[in-house]
Amino acid sequence: MGKVLQVIEFRRNIQLWFAPERIKEDGRTPDYRFSLANERTFLAWLRTSLALIGGGFAVDQFLPDLRWAWRAGLALGLLGAGVLCALRAVNHWVRCEQAMRRGEDLPVSRFPALLSIGVAIVAVAMVVVVLFGWEG
Amino acid sequence: MEPHQNTGDDRDPGLQPERTRLAWRRTTLAGTVATVLAVKAALNGGPDAPGITVAALCCALWLAFLAVAHQRIRVLAEGGEPTTLTPRIAGTAALCTVALAACAVALIL
Repeated sequence: MGKVLQVIEFRRNIQLWFAPERIKEDGRTPDYRFSLANERTFLAWLRTSLALIGGGFAVDQFLPDLRWAWRAGLALGLLGAGVLCALRAVNHWVRCEQAMRRGEDLPVSRFPALLSIGVAIVAVAMVVVVLFGWEG
Repeated sequence: MEPHQNTGDDRDPGLQPERTRLAWRRTTLAGTVATVLAVKAALNGGPDAPGITVAALCCALWLAFLAVAHQRIRVLAEGGEPTTLTPRIAGTAALCTVALAACAVALIL
């Protein structure tokens, strides 16, 4: 049941991305400083995403001696994290904006924890691969 | 002089828009770095047709990203109470990022 509600909420959020006027139907406009802070958080997540994507390019570019499977795996892991980060940045921004308009608590999320675990796994894999897997 | 009275209009109104404007600028710089890496990766194996296509696509995405960022930066630099970020600009910025990642996947596979 909770899962179904989540899916409905998610679809509603995606519809909001493309129908900006509908975000204004809810509640009251919050203090513009809160909106700007929310915008900066969105941009910080977008930079994180760009950094992960840049890291994906870098792994593919600067570890040419690595076996292809390892190189592609690490690069795809970073790129996937970057894509998730960018999509999540927009979704979280919309949810925060709505919560502020309705005067609700800001949404909590386990995404930062999952992302840091993912990045840690990629980093450990990279250390192992560079130390032992060189030349494959 | 109550220290807590300084809320609302008394607080420097230029600071928040300016910080947000600089955040957009930082983000365009991060995008530029990612695009440079992308173009380098695309043209790595010599300038062949698929490589040039991907490189051109990445540059186009970068320009689209710069366009929305510039639009937003202009609004924030105007002064006065800035309007809220629209989902169109946020969505375009995020989609450019995702498309750049898609180019990277195409290059790797």
